[in-house]
Amino acid sequence: MIVLTVNGKRYELDIEPETPLLWVLRDEIGLTGTKYGCGIAQCGACTVHIDDQPVRSCSLSVADANGTSVTTIEGLSSDGSHPVQKAWLAEDVPQCGYCQSGQIMAAVALLKAIPKPTDAQIDETITNICRCGTYPRLRAAIHRAAETI
Amino acid sequence: MGHIEPKRAGLSRRNFIVATLTAAGGLAVGIALPGAAAPVAGSPWDDGADQPGEINAWIVIEPDDSIVIRVAQSEMGEGVFTSMPMIVAEELACDWTKVRAEYASAHRNIVQKGVYKNMLTGGSSAVRGSRTYLQQAGASARARLVEAAAKRWGVSSSECQVADSRITHTASGRSLTYGAVAGEAAKIVLAAEPTIKTPDQYTLLGKPMARLDTAVKINGEAIFGIDVRLPDMLYAAVVTCPVPGGTMKSYDAKAVQSLRGVHSVVPLPNGVAVVADRYWRAQRAALALPVEWDAGAAAGSNSAKFAEDYRNALKTGPFQNAKSTGDVAKALTQGDVIEALYEVPYLAHATMEPLNCTVHLRPDRLDIWMGTQAPDMTAGLGAKVAGLKPEQVFVHNCFLGGGFGRRAVNDELVQALAVAKTLDRPVKLVWSREEDMRHDRYRPQAAIAFKAAVGKDGMPIALHAQTAVGSIIQSLKPMLDLSVFIKGLEPLATEGLVNMPYAVSNLKVDVVLKNTHVPVMFWRSVGSSQNAFAVESFIDELAHRSGQDPYRFRRKLLEGKPEFVKVLDVLAEKSNWSQKMPAGKGRGIAIHESFGTIVGQVVEVAVDAKGVVKCERVVVVVDCGHVVNPRTVEMQMESGVIYGLTAALYDEITVKDGAIEQGNFDSYRMVKLADSPKIETHLALSGGTKWGGIGEPGTPPVAPALCNAIFAATGKRIRALPVKNTDLRGQA
Repeated sequence: MIVLTVNGKRYELDIEPETPLLWVLRDEIGLTGTKYGCGIAQCGACTVHIDDQPVRSCSLSVADANGTSVTTIEGLSSDGSHPVQKAWLAEDVPQCGYCQSGQIMAAVALLKAIPKPTDAQIDETITNICRCGTYPRLRAAIHRAAETI
Repeated sequence: MGHIEPKRAGLSRRNFIVATLTAAGGLAVGIALPGAAAPVAGSPWDDGADQPGEINAWIVIEPDDSIVIRVAQSEMGEGVFTSMPMIVAEELACDWTKVRAEYASAHRNIVQKGVYKNMLTGGSSAVRGSRTYLQQAGASARARLVEAAAKRWGVSSSECQVADSRITHTASGRSLTYGAVAGEAAKIVLAAEPTIKTPDQYTLLGKPMARLDTAVKINGEAIFGIDVRLPDMLYAAVVTCPVPGGTMKSYDAKAVQSLRGVHSVVPLPNGVAVVADRYWRAQRAALALPVEWDAGAAAGSNSAKFAEDYRNALKTGPFQNAKSTGDVAKALTQGDVIEALYEVPYLAHATMEPLNCTVHLRPDRLDIWMGTQAPDMTAGLGAKVAGLKPEQVFVHNCFLGGGFGRRAVNDELVQALAVAKTLDRPVKLVWSREEDMRHDRYRPQAAIAFKAAVGKDGMPIALHAQTAVGSIIQSLKPMLDLSVFIKGLEPLATEGLVNMPYAVSNLKVDVVLKNTHVPVMFWRSVGSSQNAFAVESFIDELAHRSGQDPYRFRRKLLEGKPEFVKVLDVLAEKSNWSQKMPAGKGRGIAIHESFGTIVGQVVEVAVDAKGVVKCERVVVVVDCGHVVNPRTVEMQMESGVIYGLTAALYDEITVKDGAIEQGNFDSYRMVKLADSPKIETHLALSGGTKWGGIGEPGTPPVAPALCNAIFAATGKRIRALPVKNTDLRGQA
């Protein structure tokens, strides 16, 4: 039995231990805000937090997440009021939107570690792929959020 | 948890009044329900299916004054969920903060014989194709609302004013909101349809407006096709023949049948689908399934041979002439002849959301949930494959996790239906990233040869362009017969060549259409994606050859075209074109018109001693005539630049033993934040009758402007993409 706390709620799961955390979140628990993009930890669309650290959930087995506390995009705030979400809204970052949950989770983790990141620190940390090319707005939104956190 | 419920569940029990007002304007004004606060719901489709007859047009006004505006195009990032409602709202004179957007129903469009006109999203055509009738729908609704209020007051409608969803009778000081008279307005028949505004009368169009769909895209609420969850749903994963066009010979279902969760194994013509109770279980079993393939005749093919074949085709033909003015053959004997050959690879769309499709097939009804660029065509395809009538098919269009042309043809639907025919439950079929990349319909590979004769002043007196390229029309048969829409010599192959703007009196464009087994299709900006690279690189070569400034050289050749000159001049100014770049850096320029819009770009690059190219800045100048939402234009220019830059710097789809070599983002590299240049967008609008597209025109100029900048920095001319294949070490 795998035990996970996701967005503050406890789940006991009868599931193969090698199942990637991504698919547990999406198909078992029904939290589809976390996306599948590549399955090999390249694109970051599946980024969630485990005990506040950013993790690419497509490449982490649920066994390795056993007993941890997971936060997904749905758990970031109840009403879109997290400063990073507000900055995203103000800068109108998303286009198709598919990668944005992962981008936001990566940005939240960055700002926790480095409250006022430089462009170079943002470049180094935010390696998620966006095919729509929202990068300029995403960078502006991270700086904006840094001002308000 | 998380199953999708119809978002207007229980609607039939509520007092929902709708009347169709005009077939011409396609307007329904009705009384609906309070609710849904966000301007766009997470599940954006119209659930008319649950309430036949309730929705058949563009506008619904609810008693709380909320305004639902239906959008017939697909939201794949290009911003139609904002720009299309803006067009309607411009005429409706409504309170923009009360506007909500949702998809128009493809089912309705079929049953009501095209009430939503064109539902295809492609060719950067959303605004250009529908602006007039959307304005008309808004104007028609406004006139009916005014007349309803006037009638209630017993005054003439000409004495009433409208603004912000409120009708006012100034003389008596009375006023009513739209919501208060919507029910009566629905019954009004106008004596004549109102005249729509001209651009000089716009108060909303042209203003930068925030996107309506942002709120649901920052909290995980937006439902993409891959997120659809239905009660009792199964999941399917597929493996298909690694060689496009190959077939499946045999498979051993027993090897995976006993794996946990596996429901069944379903053969497909070119592969196998594994059905399971969870996607990951299906995917794991699909990868473990022993399958024997028949790769067919293409098994021995490879990319080096394709490149050679395309180059040879430029010598042997057979050529078809796409354009001929003046006498090129004669002019080529009258000046110095300059030649160059440009080559481009196959490219994948690589949408962030891999292709997927959820279907529920019943004897007399098919429901489809997916992100599609053409929901009515999707319904038609679904009907054909399922053996149903189009009106028995209900497409629930979702948000599209990227489209770029790929989601215009629904291979994933055909597979999902093959699986669904074996089931009596809904099934969601999802392609792995590897399936998505290896079974794309790619941007064609091409070889493009240019020959010019130049006079003593270095200016061209003749240009002869020859392209050898795959035919998209041929490749799409029988899945989609484009010959119904496109007559004559395939324009998709020569766009960007036949319409090159430069004043050269002797101009000839010839084409050899030549396909391999690799399927090809529309890829953001289509033919312009490769032809702009060739034209704008060659023009740059001609400029440098005679020691002329590439901006001035282009300007001279475009003197008779003030719109192009304006774009170039603004570009030169905003990019500080005349300022020298330091050693190791270079600036390159390109200008290209596609989908009715002229885009000029200046790219600044730095090339280091190791030959690594960094694109530092891109200045973009756009003339799309008029603008609906300047913010959308800016976002689409950024998007088009990064899409084109990714391809130009890094990407090629290559073939070995007939199979596509790249399978994921480790072998098909993407520009990331760290590689992303500063991008500045400036408008140089010519107005008039011109309304240009915006989704695609930002892409074509990037590759040539980049390579022209690399030439400026290093003296090395890149004639074959991607740039990564050219060794630039020690060049700068």
